[in-house]
Amino acid sequence: MDFQSCVNINKEWDIVGARQIGRDFARKIGFGTVDQARIATAISELARNIYLYAGTGKICFETIEEIDRKGLVILAVDDGPGIAEISKVMEDGYSTSGGLGAGLPGVKRLMDEFDIISEQEKGTEIKAVKWVR
Amino acid sequence: MDRKLKDLVIENSDTIVQMWLDEISKGRQSDYTSTISEELFESTNREFVNVIFASVEKQGITTALEDFSERLVNLGWPLSYLTDGLQSFRRVTINYILSEQTQVGSDYFSEVLQAVDNWVDPIINKLVNEYSGSWEHIVSLQRVALQELSAPLIPVMENITVMPLIGTIDTERAKLIMENLLDGVIKHNAEVVLIDITGVPVVDTMVAHHIIQAAEAVRLIGSTCILVGIRPEIAQTIVNLGIDLSKFPTKSSLRKGFQSALELTNRKIVGTADSHENDIEQLVDSLDRE
Repeated sequence: MDFQSCVNINKEWDIVGARQIGRDFARKIGFGTVDQARIATAISELARNIYLYAGTGKICFETIEEIDRKGLVILAVDDGPGIAEISKVMEDGYSTSGGLGAGLPGVKRLMDEFDIISEQEKGTEIKAVKWVR
Repeated sequence: MDRKLKDLVIENSDTIVQMWLDEISKGRQSDYTSTISEELFESTNREFVNVIFASVEKQGITTALEDFSERLVNLGWPLSYLTDGLQSFRRVTINYILSEQTQVGSDYFSEVLQAVDNWVDPIINKLVNEYSGSWEHIVSLQRVALQELSAPLIPVMENITVMPLIGTIDTERAKLIMENLLDGVIKHNAEVVLIDITGVPVVDTMVAHHIIQAAEAVRLIGSTCILVGIRPEIAQTIVNLGIDLSKFPTKSSLRKGFQSALELTNRKIVGTADSHENDIEQLVDSLDRE
């Protein structure tokens, strides 16, 4: 998939940059304010995971159009240590960094579609889609 | 050798200056300087080239160069104007020197290159340092200014303080918020602290986590923390994320939060004129009944 826009995540302030670009995308596609906030929050979680656990990575955005609906795809890619137990991180309240442990399960609930592929020592790729209602 | 080249360049400075000016003006149409007026551009070019020659002649950084770069930094000229200008100067000068010679051996060629580099490089370094120094200075000033704004605490009345938060919260700021909050609660002897997040664009798990920790810390030192300014969309994302904010009271607006703060400290707002009117109304009511 050829992505329209990517933001590299190297430092904490890049999270804000990614969020702003994502919000702009969402506004252009036609999401309402509540969904814009959901998307911005989801991007924030994904970008923060990259910053915290992988160090560097990127967040990419792409609008998708089907016959009867439009949506936004967010792809978060890193080549960090990977996730050992995906089922564990998708549980509420599980965190290895003393956080709330609501990040990834939260993103799944904030978005409509959620896909996670992770290989240890190789990296993680998360794809999330939100459709305009 | 270096001496000879320098004499050659300085003697023919007029020709080189002309070549340089031509070269600079050629590339002008398409780039950043196209918004600058013709006269200013010309006079700055003249001054620039004079400064370059002065420092080539004196072999080193002159005060004229320092003044010139300082002025351009203050006027906000792009750094690329200076670096482009010096690169053109290097090109023009080398071309000129080589064109003066009928036969050019590779030794002579490399000597010319080295000599011109020795003139130009210190000037480039000086200017780049001057520019980046000024940027770093601005960034550090803004950093301080931002930090001053990052976690303000306002004691609105006895026992009640407000912390309005505006903008993104990162880890550094979260730490400051916690420190200022606890210091302020002790200092102002506050029973109730209102944290207003109306201006926080995104509340993700990290921000929520920091707020929960701050509220818990405030509770430990014996005060109550009320989270106010939760916009509807933020409320929905918090629910989606599954964040539990039930350990402390939350309100939609600062006004409602302030009212509960007053209740918690056993006070309420009483209008000065209202009570009088009420008496009259009651009187009228009682008259009606009869």
